[in-house]
Amino acid sequence: MLAAVDWHILWQRIFHPDHVFFLALWRTIYISVLAQLLGVALGLVAALMRMSRFGVLRVLSGAYVLVFRGTPLIVQIFFVYFGANLLFGFTLIPRSVNFGLFQMDGAAFAGILALGINEGAYMREIIRAGIDAVDRGQMEAAKSLGMHYRVAMRRIILPQATRFIVPPLGNEFNNMMKTSSLVFFIGVTELFGDAEIRYSTTFKPVEYFLAVAFWYLVLTTVWSVIQAQIERKLAVSERGDELTFRERVFNAWAPVATWGRGLAR
Amino acid sequence: MSAAKPIMEAEDVVKRFGRLEVLKGVSLDVAAGEVVCIIGPSGSGKTTFIRCINHLEKIDGGRIEVNGHLIGYRERNGKLVEDTEANIARQRAEIGMVFQRFNLFPHMTALENVIEAPVQVRGVRKQIAAAEGEALLARVGLADKRDVYPGKLSGGQQQRVAIARALAMKPALMLFDEPTSALDPEVIGEVLDVMKALAFEFGTTMIVVTHEMGFAREVADRVVMMDDGRIIEVGTPEHFFADPREERTKRFLSKIL
Repeated sequence: MLAAVDWHILWQRIFHPDHVFFLALWRTIYISVLAQLLGVALGLVAALMRMSRFGVLRVLSGAYVLVFRGTPLIVQIFFVYFGANLLFGFTLIPRSVNFGLFQMDGAAFAGILALGINEGAYMREIIRAGIDAVDRGQMEAAKSLGMHYRVAMRRIILPQATRFIVPPLGNEFNNMMKTSSLVFFIGVTELFGDAEIRYSTTFKPVEYFLAVAFWYLVLTTVWSVIQAQIERKLAVSERGDELTFRERVFNAWAPVATWGRGLAR
Repeated sequence: MSAAKPIMEAEDVVKRFGRLEVLKGVSLDVAAGEVVCIIGPSGSGKTTFIRCINHLEKIDGGRIEVNGHLIGYRERNGKLVEDTEANIARQRAEIGMVFQRFNLFPHMTALENVIEAPVQVRGVRKQIAAAEGEALLARVGLADKRDVYPGKLSGGQQQRVAIARALAMKPALMLFDEPTSALDPEVIGEVLDVMKALAFEFGTTMIVVTHEMGFAREVADRVVMMDDGRIIEVGTPEHFFADPREERTKRFLSKIL
């Protein structure tokens, strides 16, 4: 039975990938990263809205989570890509987007938007839990010194909440890299799309899907190493060494920056 | 009563937590430079009362003025409505508070803790704030700990940094909420010494909730005994420790002394 497998193809896909593959890999990476960043930003806004003293904002935040956690992601992706322009009556999703550094087509842009908005609903809970985990006395101390809520949040609470947010955030990003494969269904040739297209022209599912699984595994493994580094650095920082907080955060993210520069080259 | 307007005036302050009335009409005036110690059994409302003074707790009745400013509320058509966040923050900046559990910012060094509010709230330039901050750390005996994070300081050292942090805003009034209750016995003295210096050398106006009767006797101008949400006795330390009037005070003091 194993004899039917063309090991050479698998070998090629793993050790000698072509530039089409690399483009697909790059798409998976930037879609995941940008969607996750969007998710963190939206999650932060929604978390702060959730804690607002204005009822309208709390309700909006609740509705956001209800809708985007309560409906399938694939529906959201299709809705954003095919429906958003029609719904809003203007071009939310353009044919292609030029970010100066690189260009992406409208489908990738829609994918990032949908993945990010969906992720924001999950990040809201994570960020809120992180903020809740900071000792209540911290907000009281900040207020007793005359700080406004905003300043206290930005300077005192959020930096401390980071420590509680980073571990689950890392897991979310691990998920995001895999989940981003759904954007293939709106025509983005990312990692999974690349494999699917090759399979459909060769009818060799074992080779191509095994290879793409391998590459996802590489991505998630590399990330888990980076995540462990970040968590270790953040744990050290809480014990208080001789570096400033800013330096420590910078150090924690340095491997990511180096890795990012390596990819960009 | 002195002719000068008191720094802090509390008038018939009522506070409820749900159906539980924790302050049942508390009135107290504190003059500039005065040190007032509030004593009383736990649950008597003393901590709640000083938390009301800088509006960490909303009040359900009465009024509190600090430096002539109504705290936490505005008068509108003869009724009190909650003040804006900006105004409340401005009032709080005039009132220093030291907490039982220090509440230092763990992600900042001792000096960063001290200069955070002057820089962020008052907009003081960082270099100037740092110079003042170092002087304050020196005053609490921690000049050499400026770059150390709270996690590496002992409880007594943390509380002294917390005092310096509150003083950095140059408050008109300092509130101390059981500042030594969370400390190991051997470091209580160093915190009390700093507080004594504030009272004797700098004439700081202080309201201190404490169980340290030695401190109250030595430093307080007046001692206030609270029980069950009310002030039941006010007097000089001499009066209190020699011949308290109320039976409840006698019982409390006999237990604690």
